[in-house]
Amino acid sequence: MKAGSNLERVLESGQFAVTAELGPPKGADAEVVKKKGSLLRDCADAINITDNQTAIARMSSIACGTILTQLNLEPVIQVVCRDRNRLAIQSDILGAAALGIKNVLCLSGDHQKFGNHPQAKNVYDIDAIHLIQTLKKMRDEKKLLEGDDLTIEPRLYIGAVENPYADPYEFRVIRLAKKIRAGCDFVQTQGVFDVKKFKDWMRTVTDQGLDRKVHILAGIIPIKSAGMVRYMRDYVSGVSVPEEIVARMENAKDPRREGINICLEIIDELKEIPGLHGIHIMAVAWETVVRIIVDEAGLVPRPVV
Amino acid sequence: MIITKQKPFEEIMKFLESSPSVFIAGCTLCATTCKTGGEEEVKKIEKKLQDKGKEVSGWVILDPACHILNNKKYFRENKEKLDQADSILVLACGNGVQAVSNSIDKRVHPGCDTLFLGEIIRFGNYEERCQLCGECILDKTGGICPITRCSKSLLNGPCGGAEDGKCEIDPEIECGWQLIIDRLEKQGKLHLLEEIIPPKDWSKSRDGGLRKLTIGRKEK
Repeated sequence: MKAGSNLERVLESGQFAVTAELGPPKGADAEVVKKKGSLLRDCADAINITDNQTAIARMSSIACGTILTQLNLEPVIQVVCRDRNRLAIQSDILGAAALGIKNVLCLSGDHQKFGNHPQAKNVYDIDAIHLIQTLKKMRDEKKLLEGDDLTIEPRLYIGAVENPYADPYEFRVIRLAKKIRAGCDFVQTQGVFDVKKFKDWMRTVTDQGLDRKVHILAGIIPIKSAGMVRYMRDYVSGVSVPEEIVARMENAKDPRREGINICLEIIDELKEIPGLHGIHIMAVAWETVVRIIVDEAGLVPRPVV
Repeated sequence: MIITKQKPFEEIMKFLESSPSVFIAGCTLCATTCKTGGEEEVKKIEKKLQDKGKEVSGWVILDPACHILNNKKYFRENKEKLDQADSILVLACGNGVQAVSNSIDKRVHPGCDTLFLGEIIRFGNYEERCQLCGECILDKTGGICPITRCSKSLLNGPCGGAEDGKCEIDPEIECGWQLIIDRLEKQGKLHLLEEIIPPKDWSKSRDGGLRKLTIGRKEK
């Protein structure tokens, strides 16, 4: 075991994993974090905590993650390269590990232009691939990026992200392979709506044997309304939504129910894809739906390993 | 080339509030090409300042403004006109402004904003190409700079936000990594990108303090 986290145990034991996402509050409100965490209890093997997602300043992912560990919930803290340099990232990681956090997801981070501080100076001192290398070096070699020895290494399960729908398509698998070579243990993907395209991507992944080197979890984004699905189609970079799904949401009498049905159908198809080891449900601001989805998809009870 | 843009005239007038008499310095190189500080622009500003009641004691197009020795020589030769002026308005890049202020003991005002180091696509159309980062990796990236062209300066891009070859931050901006991949693919060299480009040594760039270069002298 690299970190001994629950997520690692589930994935390494070959079971189909479920992770879910929790967005930190825009305020110093621990109760919100506890409440959202409790909504996800027993629904997921670990809970992703976003790191200033869409470049909006919120409670830190490490602080939120720590609140979850105190409730015996397991966090995956997200770390973006936009806001911190290599010094700050490494010190935060040591602190996170000391506080009991065992899973870290490495991302570049949305550009600050999308957030509430577009005048901010971005950092991007290192990129997401460097971040993976850095964490692996800290864990496996017990060294900081520049070579200094650590007294105690952070025991981390290292995650990366991939977007099978972003351009240039032909390069996405090459980049995934780079992330695997850098040292990631699991990968969470962008939300899947176009299952066919996702299957094609997974076929390339398995043809290259990458599914045997890393655990891939497909992203699921529950949709509430026709407006939301149109927004995802038109404004969210790198998300591909088939027109059929838009039409279904537009014609639905009960759009929330239809959104859940669409998720369940997608999950059913994903479960059959060779080399796919789990799903990651991103129901930000709709945490209550996660329990319904995992329940109806037959993904509960979660394995105890 | 260093791309500059003339500051709004009102802002320049504000700088000159306590300067009844002004000397104007332009530059024969970048600012002339950018049409921000060549002879034509210097004469235009001279006229506008005179219309606003300022005295222009003289002007010069420095050749170029970033050359300290040339500047000093010129300023010595034209001491009288410069003595008459309360301050100097420099229509050149930030480097030009500082080279002027280092060449003469006189108050200096910038007449331009310095935007970037770029290339001339065609006259009046300039694009940023180099961020002077001190450690060129263009050999690995098909001659296209990811530090400059990627809005996150990713060394192992692209991020997951590009769509139809455009950057997530603006549909008018091309994804730098798409350009790099397209070019290397065309050259049959896409495999170059399988290598992980290591973290950058930023000490050679903007955060390493004042950068200096001395060539042609014996090293101590």
